[in-house]
Amino acid sequence: MMDALDHFLAMGGYARFVWPAYALAVLVLAAMAVQSYCAWRRQQALWSAFEATRPQRRR
Amino acid sequence: MQRFANPGRFMRLSSRVMPWCGAGASIGLAVGLYLALLVAPPDYQQGEAVRIMFVHVPAAWMASFVYAFLALASAVALIWRHPLADIAAQAAAPLGAGFTLLCLVTGSLWGEPMWGTWWVWDARLTSVLVLFFLYVGYIAVVNGFDDPTRGARAGAVLALVGVVNLPIIKFSVDWWNTLHQPASVFRVGGPTIDRSMLVPLLIMAVAFMLYFATLLMLRMRTAIVASRVRAARLGEIEVIPEPQGGHQAAGSVT
Repeated sequence: MMDALDHFLAMGGYARFVWPAYALAVLVLAAMAVQSYCAWRRQQALWSAFEATRPQRRR
Repeated sequence: MQRFANPGRFMRLSSRVMPWCGAGASIGLAVGLYLALLVAPPDYQQGEAVRIMFVHVPAAWMASFVYAFLALASAVALIWRHPLADIAAQAAAPLGAGFTLLCLVTGSLWGEPMWGTWWVWDARLTSVLVLFFLYVGYIAVVNGFDDPTRGARAGAVLALVGVVNLPIIKFSVDWWNTLHQPASVFRVGGPTIDRSMLVPLLIMAVAFMLYFATLLMLRMRTAIVASRVRAARLGEIEVIPEPQGGHQAAGSVT
């Protein structure tokens, strides 16, 4: 079992190239999502803050 | 096309489509990673290092695809002034830059063990580096003006000029002698890559595409809400008490 895992992680001797490539892929994709989602939350908060003040003014 | 240029309609439509795209991307990435790391066989020449392909190639395809999308949206923005076209272009640019960066670095990590070098100034590598600079330049130009409309216009022109680079990237491996291999999937006469590797590769590519679509919609929605917030603030400033004696029509001044 451990042998199989070691074998997998070793990537036939290419571990130091394969794993950084996959780690970077995860990092870049995650960074895109986190940045986009945070920006969305920020604008949502601004909009709802504005909505909260509006009804008294309009009516 | 015209019908989707309405921000309100886009908000409704995207709120329904986005969750499905996101779910598809998640499943695609999970299945794709499983196939790429555990099921696909090692290459007879490259051994396990070939697994870098399953992130490098989809990232490279997305780098070019997103640029084509950016340029198309820019053309629509310049010609028809669709309200969503600039929003779409600006939402796509950072994602395209991310895919291009991923493509460059994974390519470097693949080049060192296979070619014996992290980087060469050959046609394919250089043209993709230029693509990355085009994305960065576009983002810088769009944000470099005090007036966002002028920034968007200048960015759109830059994006269209940069389209020249796309065929150069695609055909660089045929036109020049490069270390980079020629196309093995999208080529005349069909793919030369074996099915056992082609299937995981295509699943990863579809997953990347859905991932892009999901984030593109989210970012466009963000930009639309941001413009509503801006408009609402301007509206607040303009609420000036009306002059006494009812309203004065512009034409009544003699």
